[in-house]
This record gives sequence, C-alpha cells and structure tokens, in this order.
Amino acid sequence: MSVDGQLTVGLAQVDSALGDRDRNLARHREWVARAVAAGVKLLVFPELSLTGYFLRDLVVDSAIRLDGPAMKDLLSLSSDLDVVLGAVIEEPDHRYFNASLYLSRGELVHVHRKVYLPTYGMFDEQRYLASGDRFRSFKTSYGRAGILVCEDIWHLSSAYILSLEGVDMIICPSASPGRGLSTDERLGTAESYNLVCRTYAQFLTTFFLYCNRVGYEDGANFWGGSMVIGPNGDIVAQEEDADEALVVANLDLGDVRRERLANPLLRDERVELTINEMRRAWHERTRKPF
Amino acid sequence: MSAPASLSDPVFPPLAINPELVRKILVRFIQNEVQRVVLGLSGGVDSSLVANLASQALGPKNVLAVIMPYKSSDPKSLSDALQVVQQLGINHLEVEITPQIDAYFERFPDADQRRKGNKMARERMTILYDQSSVFRALVIGTSNKTELLLGYGTIYGDMASAINPVGDLYKTQVWQLADAVGVPTAIVQKAPSADLWAGQSDETELGFQYRMIDQFLYYLVDRRYSKEELARLGFEPAFIEDVVRRVRDNQYKRRLPVIAKLSSRTVDQEFRYPRDWGH
Repeated sequence: MSVDGQLTVGLAQVDSALGDRDRNLARHREWVARAVAAGVKLLVFPELSLTGYFLRDLVVDSAIRLDGPAMKDLLSLSSDLDVVLGAVIEEPDHRYFNASLYLSRGELVHVHRKVYLPTYGMFDEQRYLASGDRFRSFKTSYGRAGILVCEDIWHLSSAYILSLEGVDMIICPSASPGRGLSTDERLGTAESYNLVCRTYAQFLTTFFLYCNRVGYEDGANFWGGSMVIGPNGDIVAQEEDADEALVVANLDLGDVRRERLANPLLRDERVELTINEMRRAWHERTRKPF
Repeated sequence: MSAPASLSDPVFPPLAINPELVRKILVRFIQNEVQRVVLGLSGGVDSSLVANLASQALGPKNVLAVIMPYKSSDPKSLSDALQVVQQLGINHLEVEITPQIDAYFERFPDADQRRKGNKMARERMTILYDQSSVFRALVIGTSNKTELLLGYGTIYGDMASAINPVGDLYKTQVWQLADAVGVPTAIVQKAPSADLWAGQSDETELGFQYRMIDQFLYYLVDRRYSKEELARLGFEPAFIEDVVRRVRDNQYKRRLPVIAKLSSRTVDQEFRYPRDWGH
C-alpha cells in the first residue's frame, strides 16, 4: 500500500482557548497559512484543537455537527494542504464525541471518534462524551493512515488493529497534561509518551505523528513534545519543550517499504493465531458462572 | 525538634525535583492566569518563593507584596520580607494589623492563640483582597501541599487566593525550588514559622519535622500506601493514625461549602464548568 515519494508533514503544537471556537478557528487559519508557507502538505493539530480540552459542561456549547454550518469553515482550511484537527461533534441523536477529522481538498476524508475516554485521576471524559466504536484506516494521497486520539494509544490493540489494515502512518493528536516530578529533564508523562510512540513506530514499522498541545487549563500544563517518528523507531523531528511550534519533517515515504524488507515483522505476524488465542482467552474469562 | 533545614541535607529521592523544569512550568502558569498579583509577604520561604516566581512571570512592577506584621511578629520576619522586596524590586506596602486585632480582642480577652492566629490570618486576607482591587490584581496564594493536606492553615485566611503556584509542592520541594531560584539562603534555611509570636515553630506545633511528614504524605497520598504498608516502612502506628486523621478532618478546608441539594442542576454538582471558563 505504500506510496513512494516525499511528504513534508507539520505538527502544529499550539495552545487552544478553552471553549472559544471562533478564536481557535482563527488560530487554525494562521497556522495553516504558516504551514503552507513552509511547504507542509499534511498538517496535524492536537486533540480538541478547536475547543480546548477540559471542557466539562462546555462540551455541549462547543460541539459542531458534521452536517452543520461550521463544517464549511473547517473544510476551507484544507484547500492547500491536508489537515487533521480536533473537535467535539454532536450526532443527530445528540451524542457528543471527542473526534479527530481528516480534511483534504475541501472534503471530509475521515472521522475518528475517540474510543478510550480516560475517566480516572484528573480525567473525566466519560461523564461528558460518548465513546467511539471503531478503529478504521483510510486512504490519503500519502498512503494509508489511521488516527488514534491520545488515550487510544494507551491500549496496544488500537495500534495493532490499524497495522493489520496496512497503515503507513499513525496520526496521534493529543492533549496530554504534564505530571510526574523528578530530577529528570522532562516530566514523567513526556518520557512515557516518547517510549510508547517510538515503540509503536518500531513494532508496526510505520510512521508515527504525535502532536500534543501546549498551554494551561485549570492549572494543568500541556507539555508539548510533539514528534515525528520514522518506521524504524527513530525520532525524525521533535519540539521537546512546551513552546508553541510548527514541527516540520520531510519524510521519504519509501522508508516504510525499506523498513519492512529489512524487518519483516508484519509479514511474520500470525494474525489468525492471535485471533484464535484471543477468542480462547475471552471464552475462558467469560464462561465462569460468576 | 525544629531543626532548621539545611541545604546540604540529602533530599528524600522521590521528592527531589528538577528545579529548572518546575520553575518554567510555574512561571508560565502565572503568566497564563494573571497579569498582576498581590500577595502577603511574611518573610518565610513560601511567600518569598511565590514573590520570586511572580516577579519572573509578570515583571516586578506587576507584583505587590503586602507585609502585615502584628506587634508580636518576629522583627526578623519584616527585615527578611524587605530583603526579598529589595532583591526583586517589586512593589510593597506595609500594613500593621495590631490596631484592629487588638481592638477586637479587647472584647474577648480570653481568646487563645489559635483564635488570635486565625483572626490575624483572616485580617490579612481582607487587606489583600482590598488591595487587590486598588492594584487591579488577583491574590496569589502561597499554601504548599504539606499545609493543604495537613490543614495547617486558616480557611478563608491564608488559604484564600485566586491562584496558587506552589500548592502541589511539598515543603521540602519548596525549599529546593526556593534555593534554586535565588531566594536568600537565610530565608530558605530558617525554621518554618507561622510567626504568630517570635520563636514560634511549625515543626514544634505540628509535632513532627517537614522532612519526615513529607515522606509520609508522599507514601500516603501520592503512592496510596495502606496503613499496614506505612507501618512496614517504619512509621509509628500512633503517628500514622494522627496524620491520617488530620488529613481527613481538614478535608472541608479544601472544598467549597457543602450545598444542600434541591434542584436537578446544582452548583458544583451537575453544574460543572472549568475554572478557566471564558478565560
């Protein structure tokens, strides 16, 4: 499925104004213009980039509908490059989702509704949001891609499923608050995400685009650290700090094919065995009388 | 009992911080929340650190330190506070609270130290909030995590503020950060005191040293150790019971008042908006 050629990707490591869609849309326009000027062909914004993250009851006021008037503005962002952005979407049945939209040439190509909604510790997403029910890849001009939003990547199966669909690239928009003090250079969260994202890229021999936001909401700091990782697990480009930044990387899309020739992990993957063993484990877990 | 902190003492490793990283996060936090701040500057390490961070974040001209001694306050506290003011070049105002405190307690001559201390803390709070409207600033708090957990503070007194940059740092972490950002060493090293009277010591009053209580709170709160596990670490059962009770009994200071529920959308229950709503 791989596509040869070059791709200049950009990660818009930006802040969002909490619950202020108009202001955030204007900021998206600015960053799109900046990315276009830098030759970027695919620009990724963080999770809920259009609304901010700790919305609580503002979820309802911040939502857009895919068939509603706000979509026109969003689609117009993608006339010169492909854009991934985050929004709350309201379905016709009035369920609200934390969603990531892939837009290209003025069209909506794909919507991923976040599946794993963290509801523990400092997080409370399930109180306000409905959970997505699928992981699906989609075709882009730059190969097959899949989107996982933040907490989705903390479940191994999410990325594994996308890899079975043959993705060349996993895109992960994120709104990760920093925590975990020590004497280390970076916060514990930053170290964990580096480990997880690089592991996926290397195990699944795929490009991995991680775009985290910056700024503060209710005392929580978003630590940035956005990175582009190659299919061999190496970080190609990264903004380590919590500054606003456009992280740009020139990718040789042929790297996926070359990496899979050198390291045929996916060829050797025993999918049927995995499915059978998982089914067996599931039966054993669920057939207990109580 | 109240051995002063020594910077050369080894820090309990799990509570050791990278001060530069923390400094950066807190300075930006202040910048993100406010443009101007007013704070009560006691000459102790917590308020000196907050003054320092606020000055870095907003510039010294946007920080007003109010020094509010009582007649029994240690004169050294005032000189330490003035040293911080001078070092940072921030605005300051001295408001002695003796007249109003004494006028009130003339009617209640039997009041004990606790009542007097709480009254002083609340008097200082009303001055800070009054000055905040004059200076067009928000009140920045200085309560650290150890104090918040133990309830070692006065509700609607020193615990009152609009934002608090140091509330998630234990006292021993406050010391590390204060030292790194250049709070005068004498202030970092002096015995912590609420300074209700000269020679008062937090550690004597609390009955334990910050170094020990911070380790304990780290295991109890951050790591969620059970009482049995804490005992296995070597903490005395009576100490465990005492601190656990203290944390529990002071929960009310860390929350809004309890609202009797009647409607189907009650403030702080179903009515849940971020604090930074519209910010």
